[in-house]
Amino acid sequence: MKDEIDNRDERVANLKGLGCSRKRVEDARFTQGKGNYVDDIKLDGMLFGDFVRSPYAHARIKSIDTAAAMEVPGVLAVLTAADLEPLGLHWMPTLAGDKQMVLADGKVLFQGQEVAFVVAEDRFAAADGIELVEVEYEELPVIVDPFESLKSDVVLREDLDPKAPGAHGPRKHPNHIFTWEAGDKAPTEEVIANAEVVATESMYYHRTHPCPLETCGCVASMDKVNGKLTLWGTFQAPHAIRTVVSLISGIEEHNIRVISPDIGGGFGNKVGAYPGYVCSVVASIVTGKPVKWIEDRMDNLMTTAFARDYHMTGKISATKEGKITALHCHVTADHGGFDACADPTKFPAGFMNICTGSYDIPTAYLEVDGVYTNKAPGGVSYRCSFRVTEAVYFIERMIEVLAIELNMDAAELRRINFIKKEQFPYKAALGWEYDSGDYHTAWDKALKAVDYDGLRAEQAQRVADFKAGKTRKLMGIGLSFFTEIVGAGPVKNCDILGLGMFDSCEIRIHPTGSAIARLGTISQGQGHATTFAQILASEIGLPADSITIEEGDTDTAPYGLGTYGSRSTPVAGAATAMAGRKIRAKAQMIAAYLLEVHDNDVEFDVDRFVVKGAPERFKTMKEIAFAAYNQAIPGLEPGLEAVSYYDPPNMTYPFGAYVCVMDIDVDTGVPDIRRFYALDDCGTRINPMIIEGQIHGGLTEALAVALGQEIAYDDMGNVKTGTLMDFFLPTAWEVPNYETDFTVTPSPHHPIGAKGVGESPHVGGVPCFSNAVQDAFRPFGNRHTNMPHDHWRIWRTANELGLHD
Amino acid sequence: MIPASFEYYRPKDMAGVIAILQEHGDEARVLAGGHSLIPMMKLRMAEVPHLIDMQDVGGLSDIEIGPDRVRIGAMVTQSDLIDDAALAKVAPILREAALQIADPQVRYMGTVGGNVANGDPGNDMPGLMQCLDATFVLIGPDGERAVAARDFYEAAYMTAREDEEVLTAVTIPLPKGGYAYEKQKRKIGDYATAAAAVQISKDQNGCSAASIAMTNLSDTPIFSEAAGAALVGTSVDDAALKAAVAAMLNDIDPTEDNRGPIAFKKYVAGVILRRAIERAWSRA
Amino acid sequence: MSKKMHITLTVNGKEEEFLAEPRELLIYTLRERLNITGPHIGCDTSHCGACTVTINGKSVKSCTLFSAQANGKEITTIEGIGGPDDLHPLQSAFKEHHGLQCGFCTPGMITRAAKLLQENPNPTEAEIRFGMAGNICRCTGYQNIIKSIQAAAAEMNAAKEAAE
Repeated sequence: MKDEIDNRDERVANLKGLGCSRKRVEDARFTQGKGNYVDDIKLDGMLFGDFVRSPYAHARIKSIDTAAAMEVPGVLAVLTAADLEPLGLHWMPTLAGDKQMVLADGKVLFQGQEVAFVVAEDRFAAADGIELVEVEYEELPVIVDPFESLKSDVVLREDLDPKAPGAHGPRKHPNHIFTWEAGDKAPTEEVIANAEVVATESMYYHRTHPCPLETCGCVASMDKVNGKLTLWGTFQAPHAIRTVVSLISGIEEHNIRVISPDIGGGFGNKVGAYPGYVCSVVASIVTGKPVKWIEDRMDNLMTTAFARDYHMTGKISATKEGKITALHCHVTADHGGFDACADPTKFPAGFMNICTGSYDIPTAYLEVDGVYTNKAPGGVSYRCSFRVTEAVYFIERMIEVLAIELNMDAAELRRINFIKKEQFPYKAALGWEYDSGDYHTAWDKALKAVDYDGLRAEQAQRVADFKAGKTRKLMGIGLSFFTEIVGAGPVKNCDILGLGMFDSCEIRIHPTGSAIARLGTISQGQGHATTFAQILASEIGLPADSITIEEGDTDTAPYGLGTYGSRSTPVAGAATAMAGRKIRAKAQMIAAYLLEVHDNDVEFDVDRFVVKGAPERFKTMKEIAFAAYNQAIPGLEPGLEAVSYYDPPNMTYPFGAYVCVMDIDVDTGVPDIRRFYALDDCGTRINPMIIEGQIHGGLTEALAVALGQEIAYDDMGNVKTGTLMDFFLPTAWEVPNYETDFTVTPSPHHPIGAKGVGESPHVGGVPCFSNAVQDAFRPFGNRHTNMPHDHWRIWRTANELGLHD
Repeated sequence: MIPASFEYYRPKDMAGVIAILQEHGDEARVLAGGHSLIPMMKLRMAEVPHLIDMQDVGGLSDIEIGPDRVRIGAMVTQSDLIDDAALAKVAPILREAALQIADPQVRYMGTVGGNVANGDPGNDMPGLMQCLDATFVLIGPDGERAVAARDFYEAAYMTAREDEEVLTAVTIPLPKGGYAYEKQKRKIGDYATAAAAVQISKDQNGCSAASIAMTNLSDTPIFSEAAGAALVGTSVDDAALKAAVAAMLNDIDPTEDNRGPIAFKKYVAGVILRRAIERAWSRA
Repeated sequence: MSKKMHITLTVNGKEEEFLAEPRELLIYTLRERLNITGPHIGCDTSHCGACTVTINGKSVKSCTLFSAQANGKEITTIEGIGGPDDLHPLQSAFKEHHGLQCGFCTPGMITRAAKLLQENPNPTEAEIRFGMAGNICRCTGYQNIIKSIQAAAAEMNAAKEAAE
């Protein structure tokens, strides 16, 4: 008995709770090839659907002839907009308050747009059918540049009243979607006009794509006997998909079951609703059979949600000593043919208004204009919270440009402008209230770890050697300090399609002291089944190994808004802790009853309740669980279950300090990442192993975006980067080893102090890689060059700076 | 991505292959490793109603090292080239180049014959074979003939091979001197932004012979006789290197693509060539 | 539609016979005909390696090979590398060292790594990076994949030494 009381450390370890690098429970199936992804689903009589897609970026559809396709053995149906129109399903609402064609209704607005849906007995027949659908197009002028779009007489969206306001207010031009503002315009302009120093820069954050290794897809199965629709798919937000499907199909929500099985990466690509989902549902209703639709990689890159495509212009003012006084930012946002951004309703430019970054900037103004062009719709948050990557890239470039203007070290400029520890909670000029931070400590730790002064000395020597003709390689030191805004979000200002962005957890404790918890989120590789069990283990005193976590089945899981924007830990993780506390509260009463003392006379200790002052008198949670099902306790219902819907009081604000050291071959434009140091502060750390894995992955996606990954169009609106030959996904050969580090500044409002981490490395990584490239050329007069920094663009910078013979 | 339907043949001998080619003309294609052809078929950019799988045709997978020449069967894979220690001794440039092609899985399947016969300007082996002054052995209804690698390529995907012929082997005079295969690419699995194959020999007077070819800088590989000539008789000093590069730049004709514009490609071609020559010379 | 062919494959030690169109890619045979769904389709153009299997001792991307080409051959997929009762050291090492996240690339990754360790039982980090460059992972940044393969190599070498 005494041993059992004394071995507290052992009991804590046994739980594998918070802070433990617990191995992942998901891995057994994945390492043995037993994952269950949507394309693994096989149902009796299942049909396959696939799209006829437009080869043109802008064209009128004169006619569609499906007769030859219908002759292909195995082809059962070819759906066009004309077939969907009577059902009211030829258009669907987007998450951004716009509408989008499900199948081309009279015209197409981007290359690859869905024109007809061929349904066949197998993939082969569907593919053959597609080839035989004859579509007559009349080409229209193509606009791929948003600035040109706002001047053009060519109206892209003929379905919209050109004078009517859009979902986010007045429109200035038929091709204009919205103007969104934050901050104070006049005071900002005034401060800048009178400032001692002003730096101005325009930058283009190019269009790219989340490109998870698994493409998007679904299986729709309409059970006509029971009137139930089941939809399996690659959904980052299964509950929201259920509501959307109900709203657009008219099927009552209780008759729809949406299931997200294992998902092969999402990164934002799988948040939205795509025409393939709607067509599969319709095809299943029409045929009475299950219908599968799976994108191929070209479909994925050309048509499902892209990310970024932000043209940003900034002005930043400061005193001669480098104290920033104001920031002005204008964005022209290219949203493609439909506004299908995935943002909370009130934020058509996402949280771009976090663009004052980690700095105490007293006055600021942001204005964003959304514009239609002949490109694919989207604008999702690729491994970031809504537009946070854009915001952080913007401010971290503006800081560098200001440092050049001031002839100052960029690390020092950051230091003198950081929000101070004692200023938290900090109300930023563009509206957000940062929860907690200790930026100076993190920055100093990072600079010390890399020997920043030593690196600068080495760089100076390198510049001297270069000028003396001793080397053709330059050295760049990339810095970034980022503050994210994640965990959307408080229902008072965050909703998607009117659904508040709370999240949820429901727990059932089984009699023998194990448990199942279900959440409204869905893992796409983040390891929720592992980490949420750890949160619970620490809260309820049962081992994580005895807790099953289940997500993604809307028939069983409580309603939640899903996984993106690093919201799972801040919101669903909080719900989990809160539900656990409800369990614990009831367990306390049961324990007190069993121990024959008053409720207030027992206290929780790791895995048990003990009588205060008498540690030998206790009931373990395992014992309490059994008692909940076996004792008739006066005043208490049997059982031990709880549910929590958590509406976060605020966002969380993870931050970090990154340094990249890069060598650049001036003659070939080839960069070589010599070192990358990443310090992250995500508040309370649930599973250090998983945090580190998230950081490695996010940094690698950042490397890709900064150094080459783009969706490029030619003037005719043709996608030039439609396969993995041209769309840059780095292999192990192109990726360095990363050094990771951390500080811990808990979130004061989160039940366990956690802030979320999955997107930090991407948000902070992109400017860090980019700044490294740009810093290498700073001694030769470089101010700013746009990403992606692929070989030829780096070479061009060197060339324009006169570094070639 | 699903290819269109086709008839599949797996003849046991060359006569069987040629009979099918004769029957179907340009509607038939031979399949070696398939890593150029199958993706094109899946994208439905190549229509191949009759596909002739070469794997059962014997005698195409040997590497024979003779006193003067190396003979490499068309079905020898890139990984076979890499793993052949004897070959690495007599013609190390083959291994150096093969290691820079695609990735391990693709090298297990990709063949020398497919790489040289396809006529894809992005493939590495054609330029290398021109550098090495290889000869391609073609067999057709009228028997066997040999075509010099330097005469084989006419335009992108257009070669001296007739529709009814099959490339069965590559023979290479034993290379002499120093070698280098230098390639710049965006990532593993990419074609070259620029690649250079160099063989160079040295005697007491300096460079005695030099053979230089480059890849993916025109619609065919570019063997530049002038570039080699610019080195012969020199000590491969800066002036000679510049002359060789200038000669090559005169012979290439790159086009703009996602790897970059023409000016960049020409510049990088010069840099890569210079590095290749310097490395080859250091090994001569 | 062209004439169906009679094809025989030995998959994970089991002989499979069926009739298929010549255009049936091996990945579809495995996944849809034989319900061997470990290998995945990621890119369709032989870049990503999610579909990697071993055919007669060679690592092959099964999205770029017709089953007709594999007729008569021996194929190993992740399912044949190890299961609950006979885990391969790589399967344990990937879990132990967090060498996977979403799991979609993992079957191809481990299948390729198993072959790599046959080719080179003692690879350096650079050799692993080069030897695994035909397999793309979007989640891990590769660092823990490398670590997992190194750990498995060490374990396999130790076991081999102990057996000798």
